[in-house]
Amino acid sequence: MSKFNKKKSGDMPAVNTASLPDIVFMLLFFFMVATVMRQNSLMIENNLPFADQVEKLDKKDLVMYIYAGKPSENFKQYGTETKIQLNDKFADVKDIAAFIAAERADKREELVPFLTTALKVDSDANMGLIGDIKQELRKVNALKINYTTKKGSVLGRD
Amino acid sequence: MAKRAAPEVNAGSMADIAFLLLIFFLVTTTIETDSGINRKLPPMEESDEEVIIKERNIFTVLLNGKDQLLVEDELMEISELRAAAFKFLDNGGDGTCDYCSGEKDIASSDNPDKAIISLKNERETTYKTYIAVQNELVAAYNELRDIRAQALYGKSFAEMQANYKDVNWQGNKDKLKERINQIKIDYPQKLSEVQ
Repeated sequence: MSKFNKKKSGDMPAVNTASLPDIVFMLLFFFMVATVMRQNSLMIENNLPFADQVEKLDKKDLVMYIYAGKPSENFKQYGTETKIQLNDKFADVKDIAAFIAAERADKREELVPFLTTALKVDSDANMGLIGDIKQELRKVNALKINYTTKKGSVLGRD
Repeated sequence: MAKRAAPEVNAGSMADIAFLLLIFFLVTTTIETDSGINRKLPPMEESDEEVIIKERNIFTVLLNGKDQLLVEDELMEISELRAAAFKFLDNGGDGTCDYCSGEKDIASSDNPDKAIISLKNERETTYKTYIAVQNELVAAYNELRDIRAQALYGKSFAEMQANYKDVNWQGNKDKLKERINQIKIDYPQKLSEVQ
């Protein structure tokens, strides 16, 4: 039995955790840099469809976002119909013109022609609403649009 | 005076603090998707002049409320759409398109410049299906442009566009722009949506 007792005499050195903070800080910095803070908090379900012929929107400050989808769990009182969301609020199709005008007024004049409208629409939405949005955008001459999608195969996944 | 060494600050809890911050950022992070299919809407026009387009130059794609696809009056699966659009665009029926490798069927499109894809959807069509169809049609154009770019300049069209956007790319951007435009002229994206 003395075999086992021997171990006790030699003290196990504690694992040196001095570099643990460094490792954690490294991770922390990665996430801090990679994080993009959301501009709008979504009140709708926004499960984007998949597509693979996508182009990147590179100038983020020149993008106007229009969201559409069913009201999410917390906003059930607004019904189950697909709704448009502009800037943290539910909106109607006819509010789009005012929204675009406000966004344009925010930007420098020479940048206005480069504004793109990104449509972030839930995959289960009806095209009727999208058609109305597009019609409205044509009326205010905001012709550059982008159907925001996730990158993936169209056919394989739902 | 007795010299006393300053006691070391206990840094044991530093990891805990860092972990706390880390977890906060992990939870709040949403990787934003900022890519998608770019389209240009037609401007509102006052004049209603009728443009006469030959039936054979139009490729009609119809999506109904039950997400069924009707292409040139025939039912089709979305998986077959890309090939069908490709064949239509690359047909070159009137022989003016010397780079087309299509079948030169006189019942199909005359040349890529005249070929128009007309997409019509109903109000009940789901967005998902619509995007899938848009994607396939854009893919057909991209494939044709890739082939053309490969034949002319030995590079794919996607690669040329990536180079054009890349600030670190070493090369003549004006020339590249010209080449990109040339390919866009060879295979113009004529995709019209019916309201």
